Amino acid sequence: MIFALLRRLGQMLFVMFGISMLVFLIFFATPGADPAARIAGRNATPEVLEAVRKSFGFDQPIYVQYATMMKKIFITGDLTSFVNRGWKVVPAVLDTIPVTLSLVIGAAVLWVIFGLLIGIIAAATRGSWVDKLLMVLGLIGISMPVYWLGEMMNLITQSRYHDTWMFSWVPPLGYKNLSDDPKGWFLTLVIPWITLSILYIGLYGRVLRASIIESLQEDYIRTARAKGLSETRILLRHALRTSLISFVTLFGLDFGALVGGSALLTEVVFGLQGVGKLTYDALQNLDLPIIMTTVMYASFFVVMANALVDIVYILLDPRVRTS
Amino acid sequence: MLKVTGLNVSFRTEQGLVRAVENVSFDVAEGELMGIVGESGSGKTVSLLAVMGLITDPNAIITGSIAYRGRELVGLPSKEMRKLRGREIAMIFQDPMTALTPVYTIGWQIAEQILAHEKVSKQAAWQRAIDLLAEVNIPNPGEAVHRYPHQLSGGMRQRVVIAMALSCNPALLVADEPTTALDVTVQAQILDLVAKLRRNHGSAIVFITHDMGVMAEIADRMMVMYAGRVVERGSKEELFLSPRHPYTQALLDSIPPLVGARPRRLRTIPGTPPNLLNRPAGCAFAPRCPQRFEKCSADPQLPAGARAAACFRVNP
Repeated sequence: MIFALLRRLGQMLFVMFGISMLVFLIFFATPGADPAARIAGRNATPEVLEAVRKSFGFDQPIYVQYATMMKKIFITGDLTSFVNRGWKVVPAVLDTIPVTLSLVIGAAVLWVIFGLLIGIIAAATRGSWVDKLLMVLGLIGISMPVYWLGEMMNLITQSRYHDTWMFSWVPPLGYKNLSDDPKGWFLTLVIPWITLSILYIGLYGRVLRASIIESLQEDYIRTARAKGLSETRILLRHALRTSLISFVTLFGLDFGALVGGSALLTEVVFGLQGVGKLTYDALQNLDLPIIMTTVMYASFFVVMANALVDIVYILLDPRVRTS
Repeated sequence: MLKVTGLNVSFRTEQGLVRAVENVSFDVAEGELMGIVGESGSGKTVSLLAVMGLITDPNAIITGSIAYRGRELVGLPSKEMRKLRGREIAMIFQDPMTALTPVYTIGWQIAEQILAHEKVSKQAAWQRAIDLLAEVNIPNPGEAVHRYPHQLSGGMRQRVVIAMALSCNPALLVADEPTTALDVTVQAQILDLVAKLRRNHGSAIVFITHDMGVMAEIADRMMVMYAGRVVERGSKEELFLSPRHPYTQALLDSIPPLVGARPRRLRTIPGTPPNLLNRPAGCAFAPRCPQRFEKCSADPQLPAGARAAACFRVNP
C-alpha cells in the first residue's frame, strides 16, 4: 500500500516535470520569436529588453534557461510580470487559488450530493415518470451554457428580483475571504456554486443512473436477490457501490480541470478573481510569465486530482489493490 | 415439500410471445435430489428462477402453481418471498466468477446474508461465515474470510457461493449448473461436496445440468426437458437403464462409453432445438427424432405418474 502510494507520487513528479518541459519549450524555444520580447510585452524599451534577457538567462544554453525559470517559479518565487510593470507573478497566482478552490469545492459538494441523489432515485424508479422527469431535467441542466445561466442568475438575483424576500440576502458580486467574513464568503458564493454545479448535476445524475442500471444486470445482483436482501440494500450496497468507481473517475477529471482554470466563465460572470480569470486576463495582454505559472499550476491540480482519484480507487476497488 | 404444477413462463417480446416453460410439473420430497437435464434453452433455468421468484423481467408472465411446504409462491408479495429466499430456499449459480460482488470480502458477503435473515450479532455472523468456509473445505478459513472474490480460483469461489447458500440452513437448495464453468477435477470435488452437505444438512436439492455424467453421480430422481416441456421423468436408474423418450436415449448415446471400444465418432443429435417463438405443431423433438412416425404431428402429452415419457412410441 505504502509502496503503491510512493510509486504514484513518483509518477506524479515525473508527469509534472514533463509538463513543465513541454510548456517551457512551447513558450521559450519556439523558433522565430524572441522570448525576451514576448516577456517584456509590447512597446518595451531596449533597456527593459536587456534586463529581461539577463534576468531569464536568455544568453545562456536552453537548459540553464529552463532551470532559471523553474527556480523563479518554485524556489525564489520572484518571477516578475513586465507587462504589468514589476507585478510579482507567484503571489498573484497564489492569491487567486483560494477563490477558485472555494468556488469549485463548494460546487463539487453540491454536484456530488445532487448527482448521487438524482442518479439513485432515477435508477430506483427506472422507467417511471419520476425517472423520465429527472432525466429531462438533467438534460436541460447539461444544455444550459454556464455563461448564460450565470447572467440569468445575476439578472434575477442582483437586479429584477433582488428586492423581493427571496433574493434580498444575495450580496453584490465579488469575493470575500473565508477567514475575514465567513458568512459573507458563503453568501457571495451560493449563486456561483449553484450556477457551476447545475451542468455537473445533470451530467453526473445521468451517468450514474446508466451505470447503476448496467450494474443491476450483473450476475452478482441476482446472487444478492437470491440471498433475500431488500431491493434498497441491493441498490445501495451492491449496484451503487460498484458504480461509484466510474463516478469517481469522472469526478477526478472534472474537478482537476475546473480547479486548473476551467471555471473561467463562472469566475468572469460573477466577478471572482480566480485562476481562470487571471489566466484569461494574462492571455489578453500576452503576459507570458503569468501564463507560464498558471499553466504549471493548472497541470499541478489536474495531476493531483488524478492521483487522488487513484488513491480513492484503491479504497473503492479491491481488484486494483493487488495488481 | 416443493410441488410445481402446470408452470408456464412466457416472455412478451417484439416478435411475439416466447413460451420458455410450458406446463411443467414436478415435485421434490424432503431431502431428495431432483435432477433436471436438458440442452441450453430448454427452460430448466427459467423454471427454477420462477421457483426462486427471481424473474424480474416486467415482460414475463408466470402462471401455474408453485407450492412450497403448502405455501403458494406464484403471486406471493415480494416482501414475503424475500423472507423465504436465502433462508428457506437458496440458490447456487452457474458461473462462480461473476456471482460474487467484486468489492466486498467473501466473509462480508456471507455475513450479509445471515444478518439479513437472523437476529445475530456481527461477530456471530462472521464466526458462522468462518465455520461455513471450513465446512466447504476452504483451507485456512479464518484468513480466507478477508479475501476478495478476485483473489480466489473458480472452484474456491463456487465453494464460497455454496457456503453462502447454506448459511441459513435452507430446506431447499436450487443448483443451476454449479459445475459447468469448472475444470473436471474441480467438478468432482464440488459434486463430492454437494453429496456431503446433503448428508449433513438434509436439504432437498434441485440440480440442473446438461451433463448426464453429473446426474449419474448424484441424482435420486430426474426429469428431462426439451423446448420448455418435460419429456420424461423417472428415477435415475430408470432413466439411465431404460430410457423411453428418444431424446433421452439420444442424450445417453452422446456420452462416450467408459469401458469397451470407443466409437470412432461420438453420436450426436442432428439439428437444433426449435425456436420457441414459433414452435412447430406436434412433438417438438420430431424433426430431430430417428423414430418419428405419422402420429408425431400431434402433440404428445406427458402422462401423470412418477415414471412417464411424452412420446407416442411409449404411450400409443
